[in-house]
Amino acid sequence: MNFLKSTLAGSAVFASFATAALAAEDTIKVGVLHSLSGTMAISETTLKDTMLMLIDQQNAKGGLLGKQLEAVVVDPASDWPLFAEKARELLTVHEVDVIFGNWTSVSRKSVLPVIEELNGLLFYPVQYEGEESSKNVFYTGAAPNQQAIPATDYFLEELGVEKFALLGTDYVYPRTTNNILESYLKGKGIADKDIFVNYTPFGHSDWSKIVADVVALGADGKKVGVISTINGDANIGFYKELAAAGVSADDIPVVAFSVGEEELAGLDTSNLVGHLAAWNYFQSADSDVNAEFVETWKATMGEERVTNDPMEAHYIGFNMWVNAATEAGSTEVDAVRAEMYGQEFPNLTGGTAVMLPNHHLAKPVLIGEIQEDGQFDIISQTTEVPGDAWTDYLPESAVLISDWKELGCGMYNTETKSCVQTLSNY
Amino acid sequence: MQRSFIAKNPSVLIFLACLALFTLIVTVLSEGLGVGMISTSFVKTLGKTLCLCLIAVAMDLIWGFTGILSLGHFAFFGLGGYMIGMWLMYERTRLIVVESLSQAEIPPTSSEVVDAIGNQIFGVVGSSEFPLIWAFADSLFLQLLLVVLVPGLLALVFGWLAFRSRVTGVYLSILTQAMTLALALYLFQNDSGLRGNNGLSGLQNLPGVEASQDVVSLWFLWASALALGLGYLLAAWVVSGKFGSVIRGIRDNEARVRFLGYSVETYKLMIFTLTACIAAIAGALYYPQAGIINPAEIAPIASIYLAVWVAIGGRGRLYGAVIGAAFVSLLSTWFTGGQAPDIPLGFYTIKWVDWWLVLLGLSFVAVTLFAPKGMGGLVDLWTQARAPNRHGADLGPDDGALREQEASK
Amino acid sequence: MLRLFLASLAILLSCVTASAEEGAIQPLLQEHKEVIAKSSRKTIGPAIDAIANSGLPQAQTVLETWASKSMWMRKSDGQFFVGEKADSKNYRLIDFDTGQEVGTFPKKELKQLKPNSGVRALIGTALVQFQLLDEDKAKRQAALTSIQRDPEAALLAPLRASIEQEPDAGLKAQKQRLERLLTIGYDADPAARIAAIEEMSDDLGVDVRATLNPLVATTRDVALGTVPEGVNVAATLTPGEEGFSEVEAYDLLVAKGLAPARVTPDEVRLALAENIEGGTVGGVPVAQLDKDEARIRAYAALAEAGRVPPLVNLADIQAALAAHAFFETYAEPAAEVTTAAQDALENITFKVGVNQTLDLTLDALSLASIYFLAAIGLAITFGVMGVINMAHGEFIMMGAYTGYVVQQIIPDHTVSIIVAIPLAFAVTFAAGVAMERLVIRWLYARPLETLLATFGISIALQQLAKNIFGTQARPLTAPGWLDGAWVLNDVVSISYIRIAIFILALIFLGVFLFIMKRTRLGLETRAVTQNPAMAASMGINPGRVNMLTFGLGSGIAGIAGVAIGLFAKVTSELGSDYIVQSFMTVVVGGVGNIWGTLAGATMIGFLQKGIEWLNPSNTLAAQTYMIVFIIIFIQFRPRGIIALKGRAAGD
Repeated sequence: MNFLKSTLAGSAVFASFATAALAAEDTIKVGVLHSLSGTMAISETTLKDTMLMLIDQQNAKGGLLGKQLEAVVVDPASDWPLFAEKARELLTVHEVDVIFGNWTSVSRKSVLPVIEELNGLLFYPVQYEGEESSKNVFYTGAAPNQQAIPATDYFLEELGVEKFALLGTDYVYPRTTNNILESYLKGKGIADKDIFVNYTPFGHSDWSKIVADVVALGADGKKVGVISTINGDANIGFYKELAAAGVSADDIPVVAFSVGEEELAGLDTSNLVGHLAAWNYFQSADSDVNAEFVETWKATMGEERVTNDPMEAHYIGFNMWVNAATEAGSTEVDAVRAEMYGQEFPNLTGGTAVMLPNHHLAKPVLIGEIQEDGQFDIISQTTEVPGDAWTDYLPESAVLISDWKELGCGMYNTETKSCVQTLSNY
Repeated sequence: MQRSFIAKNPSVLIFLACLALFTLIVTVLSEGLGVGMISTSFVKTLGKTLCLCLIAVAMDLIWGFTGILSLGHFAFFGLGGYMIGMWLMYERTRLIVVESLSQAEIPPTSSEVVDAIGNQIFGVVGSSEFPLIWAFADSLFLQLLLVVLVPGLLALVFGWLAFRSRVTGVYLSILTQAMTLALALYLFQNDSGLRGNNGLSGLQNLPGVEASQDVVSLWFLWASALALGLGYLLAAWVVSGKFGSVIRGIRDNEARVRFLGYSVETYKLMIFTLTACIAAIAGALYYPQAGIINPAEIAPIASIYLAVWVAIGGRGRLYGAVIGAAFVSLLSTWFTGGQAPDIPLGFYTIKWVDWWLVLLGLSFVAVTLFAPKGMGGLVDLWTQARAPNRHGADLGPDDGALREQEASK
Repeated sequence: MLRLFLASLAILLSCVTASAEEGAIQPLLQEHKEVIAKSSRKTIGPAIDAIANSGLPQAQTVLETWASKSMWMRKSDGQFFVGEKADSKNYRLIDFDTGQEVGTFPKKELKQLKPNSGVRALIGTALVQFQLLDEDKAKRQAALTSIQRDPEAALLAPLRASIEQEPDAGLKAQKQRLERLLTIGYDADPAARIAAIEEMSDDLGVDVRATLNPLVATTRDVALGTVPEGVNVAATLTPGEEGFSEVEAYDLLVAKGLAPARVTPDEVRLALAENIEGGTVGGVPVAQLDKDEARIRAYAALAEAGRVPPLVNLADIQAALAAHAFFETYAEPAAEVTTAAQDALENITFKVGVNQTLDLTLDALSLASIYFLAAIGLAITFGVMGVINMAHGEFIMMGAYTGYVVQQIIPDHTVSIIVAIPLAFAVTFAAGVAMERLVIRWLYARPLETLLATFGISIALQQLAKNIFGTQARPLTAPGWLDGAWVLNDVVSISYIRIAIFILALIFLGVFLFIMKRTRLGLETRAVTQNPAMAASMGINPGRVNMLTFGLGSGIAGIAGVAIGLFAKVTSELGSDYIVQSFMTVVVGGVGNIWGTLAGATMIGFLQKGIEWLNPSNTLAAQTYMIVFIIIFIQFRPRGIIALKGRAAGD
């Protein structure tokens, strides 16, 4: 008991006093809510570093509204309940004006109730399964129609794929994305039996049987393509097995939605040349802003580091927030949100990203082929595709739209012409 | 009986008094009802810590007193959370759906309401049908009952199978670990009907309750403190009577107790199921404060941490378990929260976010090697009792048996 | 494709006359400038055909250059050239027609053409005619690969013509085989096709099945009254029989426009909402419409008034189904061909089944050997010494990281693996000995406390690895000779790396048996295990023996780490992925006996593959059921498959 009291006095009380005093000073606080330990640290640490770099750059430019920006970094340790706790801490104890953070969907769902309750502002930078639109979140990553659907179209039209293997890690993003894709493919006249779906655990390493199953799909004379939503480390074993089985990208192309430059850094890519990935950004994008961004990143973090899609999402999100706050003349959440709609910022691949009233971005979709050096050769780039919060390819959500600007509703049923809910149901 | 129980266990009264005082102080200092010196997020952390203390008490009963090192009690804790989470999600969604459908021109049928709820809850994981296990989710009473029944039943069946075939010692530990791993893997599947990896979320919002989280967090703190108090009382009562003597006997020499005519399996099964139920109640209180429950929560590592808390606190004494759980989990929060100052060594800066786990790991080793009585041993120092020398002969042949000098104290 | 070909021939005629005179291909390319620059499979056909059929000697070069992504367009005038990198910013352009260098241009003024793999496949097909008789063997091979990927009727004749002149025996066999396959698919003479089908009917190749299956692919159709004449009917269907429910049958009718669609509950609701008049719909008050039965009543009233389409009731459906004949037809019109194909496929399917079982067995063996490898170190420390080492997984991880570090220093993969294996053993042996001396020996009497202490070491080591190597997965690349797979046929294959792991597991088994049964250390270990006090009185130093045994077990874990890292990944969590499985393997097999561990690994490997086979779409479920099975198994054989008897069984 003695101990409890002392901790209480020692940490919380002190922390709340101290920060209450600090908050009044002349910095604008930016919360960074990325896991720095645990399983997700592999991906999220990079984003934390990106945020620190962007904030430094902004401060060098003179800060925001005449004040310096101050990053408040917390570590939710890949522990989903801890995300909610840390978000509350950021908003109430540290009193940040905006939070950049999260990677997994489950962590976002964990944070949502807190953000909405306390009217915070979150920028979420990762491609995700859609079916969500919160008043307090701006989704700067790709919705399914900005990544999965164009990639599938590419398979259907450019590669002439007639039979699909949807391989994914068993969690929400692959499940929902594959559901949407199944429905989409059926709409395109692909029969049920020509869609093979498999889910594997996180970090799965024994791929021989699944690869054999995929190869065997070719037995009825149709061209087979693999759409992979396999997450993280499991990809390494998958690609190794694919290479060992001698599956070339010309016979069975694989398009991945979760494999970027960062993931390929852990792989010998010589056997994977020609396999595909779909993103809104590749490091190999040929533009001056991108060259500068990559150069700064390498100068800050080391020559061997690569840039990837979620980093670009943070880059766009942060700059849009800065511009919106400048235009609003304040960092107050409601004022910034009002200015966010229609906010434009040049993205790193050329062209301009626009923030839509459904809190998603309009961004181009890129498809790249893996090269020997672990980079992607961009072979297809669309014009800007507006992100769709509620997919058009599932019957339940086809009738839903999100428009925070005009309708003030993130889940509006166009059939009954009523707002289903203004707060998210997580 | 009651008087003699208290008289025999003066520590119970001290503990309860401390708990009450603690609750009172937190309430007075809180943002919700007090002067606002403790932030709501810290009140939640404290409330959750109380729940962890409760499951640590359960762990102490099964390990410290009965000598069964269960590495699966977080499975029961998680199941309790899932059971209450189902009602919270269902009811909250029902309110939203009814509100939204009532705006439609045609009043909804009851099956349309259920479909819409299913669609909202499972839409995110690509399904919209209610699985069978949600059959009682519309009733708070039944789900509360299930909080105790489901984990209790699982413990009963598992325990019956395990104890019946005389699986003991390390084997039992590994088996319980396998059980919690199997359950976690099962729940990870979307087909399990509990939203797979996403789990149940938004549990902190009580359906139909308008009060702000500042206040709700205090309600849960009180409930957790009450549950801990009652759980502690129950545990103290269990170990103080004849039942307690038998289970301690089982710990020290199982064969001898069996030869004395006691049905060792029944005793083990009873204590296993009882602790599972206590763990489940702790879980049912914990997860509405955490806000989200998902399968990662019941991964085997969580249960191992539980054993570590009890070991550090001092097993075989109930307050030891409570101290261990509170100390380690709060310290963990402090270190990983980035509040601990970095230590610059000149050539290298020790960041506690990176090094805390190394420190924690090494401290287990240190505790098991040098302070087998854990932090509870400090109380002995205070009560002028000298720590016994543990290098005497075993009293019983079984794992976890006391040693000669220890027992003579 | 054929149509495209004809169409392009027409276009071609016009331009061939124009450009062929000068013998230059650039004008032809300019003609198709836009589609070439766009490079989309949907629109590129005419351009490729035009180039391929231009009859110009440069056509082959152009197509090859294009396919290899070395064709560049000069932005200023849209001319196409071969591009060669001059330096980082500049490219040298070479003219197709003259072969002369045009000059060096900055990259900004040029556009590289990047045909995607769909376009490259089309180019490959167009190149076949040039390459089939090319002098370069690699190009002839490329032509065959193209035919294999996109078999076409038009390719049959050139392929046949090229077989005679093929000098290379291997390629000739490939050509003959391809010719047979194309004959099955495209020959005009049914007799020739049937002969080819029979010839190939015992071939296991995926390509054979890929040729035969489209022939016997069926579509469901429906006709009023009876099955029409003149179609190749595979089967007639009766609605309601297995595999063809009445719902499906009616859906087919609706899809063919032969029956009105059912009115769904959603449509009912929408129709009702549209027809609200003064608080009632069809005479039913809106407030009452929260019951299905009331909605149907209201809808029926609306239907009667003719304002909505009527509900389709069961009698209507039955009548519609009875009036139509349902059947399945083959896409291939010739009945004798489909029969022959059907027979051949049945034959093949059986063989494929047998081979798939074999393949699954190989997979299971491979998985078993991986589990065995991960568990064998544990079999020593836990099985023989009775020490619970939760840090065993971290020793595996240490081995894998040792392999990674060695590979950073020695770039040659073969040498680095040869160095890494003994080094990994040394590193983990040392770590094991240190751990035994510092921690475990104080806790021999207390297995549960050993568990906790070693768990502490485990999380400390894991975090240390994270601090040192970062959280990123690190590459551990296998030497080149372990790339690829041992392919028995198109169904049965196993990667060399898995074979290597299998062999390594066998070697370990041998080494373990040798040490335990034939060496002094083994004898002493067994003695200390059985009775430390007695062993000590015989002059054996139990402390030393325990230390060495523990070191040995840890060292083997290190080598296992190198092997596992080669086939999967190297991360700080590598060990924890295997620790629970390893304990299961040892416990299921029976503690204290290496054969038990082998049996346990084999059982778990086969079981997991078996469950995966039963439930191919969910690998996670397979793992869950396997653990549940193990839990139940232990209930019935608490001491494992091979239980020690008598005194050795201890307690």
